[in-house]
Amino acid sequence: MEEEKPWALISEVGGDGLLEDVTDVLTRHFHIISHRDFLQNPRLHGPRIRAVFQWNAQPVAEPALLALLPSLKVVANGGVGVDHLDVGYINSVGVKVTNTPAVVSSATADMAMGLLLASARRIVEGHQVAVDPKAAAPIANNLLGVEVTGSTLGIIGMGDIGYKIAQRSKGFDMKILYHNRKRRSVEDERAVGATYCPNVDELLQGSDFVMVAVNLTPETTGLIGHRELLLMKPTATLVNVSRGLVVDQDALVKALLCGSIRAAALDVTHPEPLPRDHPLLSLPNVLITPHVGTHTYATTRRMVQMMADSALAVIQGQVVPNEVTAK
Amino acid sequence: MSHLRYVRCVKKLWALAQRLWVFKTTAQRHQKVMEEEKPWALISEVGGDGLLEDVTDVLTRHFHIISHRDFLQNPRLHGPRIRAVFQWNAQPVAEPALLALLPSLKVVANGGVGVDHLDVGYINSVGVKVTNTPAVVSSATADMAMGLLLASARRIVEGHQVAVDPKAAAPIANNLLGVEVTGSTLGIIGMGDIGYKIAQRSKGFDMKILYHNRKRRSVEDERAVGATYCPNVDELLQGSDFVMVAVNLTPETTGLIGHRELLLMKPTATLVNVSRGLVVDQDALVKALLCGSIRAAALDVTHPEPLPRDHPLLSLPNVLITPHVGTHTYATTRRMVQMMADSALAVIQGQVVPNEVTAK
Repeated sequence: MEEEKPWALISEVGGDGLLEDVTDVLTRHFHIISHRDFLQNPRLHGPRIRAVFQWNAQPVAEPALLALLPSLKVVANGGVGVDHLDVGYINSVGVKVTNTPAVVSSATADMAMGLLLASARRIVEGHQVAVDPKAAAPIANNLLGVEVTGSTLGIIGMGDIGYKIAQRSKGFDMKILYHNRKRRSVEDERAVGATYCPNVDELLQGSDFVMVAVNLTPETTGLIGHRELLLMKPTATLVNVSRGLVVDQDALVKALLCGSIRAAALDVTHPEPLPRDHPLLSLPNVLITPHVGTHTYATTRRMVQMMADSALAVIQGQVVPNEVTAK
Repeated sequence: MSHLRYVRCVKKLWALAQRLWVFKTTAQRHQKVMEEEKPWALISEVGGDGLLEDVTDVLTRHFHIISHRDFLQNPRLHGPRIRAVFQWNAQPVAEPALLALLPSLKVVANGGVGVDHLDVGYINSVGVKVTNTPAVVSSATADMAMGLLLASARRIVEGHQVAVDPKAAAPIANNLLGVEVTGSTLGIIGMGDIGYKIAQRSKGFDMKILYHNRKRRSVEDERAVGATYCPNVDELLQGSDFVMVAVNLTPETTGLIGHRELLLMKPTATLVNVSRGLVVDQDALVKALLCGSIRAAALDVTHPEPLPRDHPLLSLPNVLITPHVGTHTYATTRRMVQMMADSALAVIQGQVVPNEVTAK
């Protein structure tokens, strides 16, 4: 059984790569080799590799790499977004692509709510004031936030993640507006008390919190720009858990400086990380986290299990769960 | 027009003008009388640590307000006029020395629901009522509690610091793993207004809810949020991934969470406190965090506030502290001040007093 285990290429264990504590999920069914070790002798290792497991978009699935992997059957991505992959090209050389939908949704929705609350109630500033070694008597009176309970949340992108965000915000008596390519069923809407906005402008004008939870596609690139930010209330907060490119960052900087919106909370930027002199880093009303929407031990483990299951299904010629094809 | 009709017309106009003039001056006199009849109230200050400037209109509609500093310029002159003290951040301190200067005082109206800083029995004994602001603070405090829980679980403060650190070339976020909130177990100690609203909010995260309270809640209340009563708080401590403390501070709840309780908690668990600092034994908490008896703590309240700058809690990496901002939104602040004004007016006008607190 040990000899029959297929070989798989990963970026590395630890560092920016696969969490060491979850590698057992892969090694149960695969021999794994790191990109560095692979490059020691690509002609020896290459022909054995049946799967590439991508984590943080590494190792990069470019033509130069694929050319060294004649037996490759699948690129299994850790995460649901595959905007970094040329799926059409990969399919054209006989390789399938899989991702990890659903399993990432709860953790990402939790993160979205965490960002919304942390921004609304100024938790990062509050902590900094409370633990500042220099502050003799922190005056917290000025640290006023905005009310979350009873406010209006506008969700742009009501897929798996967007819907879970709606479920969570219902407990805060938030009024929910949403915009999506496809309208949800009446039951879905009723269950969370969500109102469909066919025109996203309506949502932007009516929301106290605008939550962006879409895929990155050519249509959603720059979805939130100057115009959209001006339509938002000056008291409103923008929260982005999609991809950095969905928001026009220059327009966002301007909107924050000029008070077109109150604040922004971003788990994603473009690039990641931002250059150290980027204006977003120094604005007081910006909260940024380093793309940690799925970063819990349990969710990470579930993602890797899903990657392993999908890759095995491809290699064994079974029905492939979670395959992504070019549209 | 005939001469007669003209005279009648002019007479009517003149009568109308007279009535308007009388109305106007009566209104002005009424306004002046109202202004003079407004009772006087003592506050700590406007701005700074005191009352938010933007909400003072809520008070000045019905009261003349005087700051503590101005009052002290001439207590003998100002003292006898003062019918109400409005306390904000427990200031001005309602101690015997102050009360002795306020012979006409009828009410101390507190901003906030907790009155552990007031000797209610003593204040009542000198003929003064105490009021607080329950209910109106609950949603904002419950929101804060959830915000602290999520920020701690998902390491949002650390994440932000890594993301914006001017020195970090390429922040590696891989190590920044948090703990799962969805589907985890939340144990709520203190299921009053605030505790119940926390339960309502955590239900949306599919959290399993355990709770401990002096009195068990109704079956309908429990079912509505899917909460399970733990008559023994130890059961709650052992079973929870997040322990939320939302009790009043009383002699019974002082030091409620100490060495023993922290050892009963899971080593992967998080403590969240939105009650009062004294409900938690802070030395025991420091030890538990250092030794890994619990994973982390998130505190909106400490004792004292603020903590001394060399206190160990300030430097522990797994501690999130906010400076008692549970009610700090503009809307909630305004509602609190309105409630204080309404309660104080009711006392002064001899009506039924909403939100009175008496010594138990």
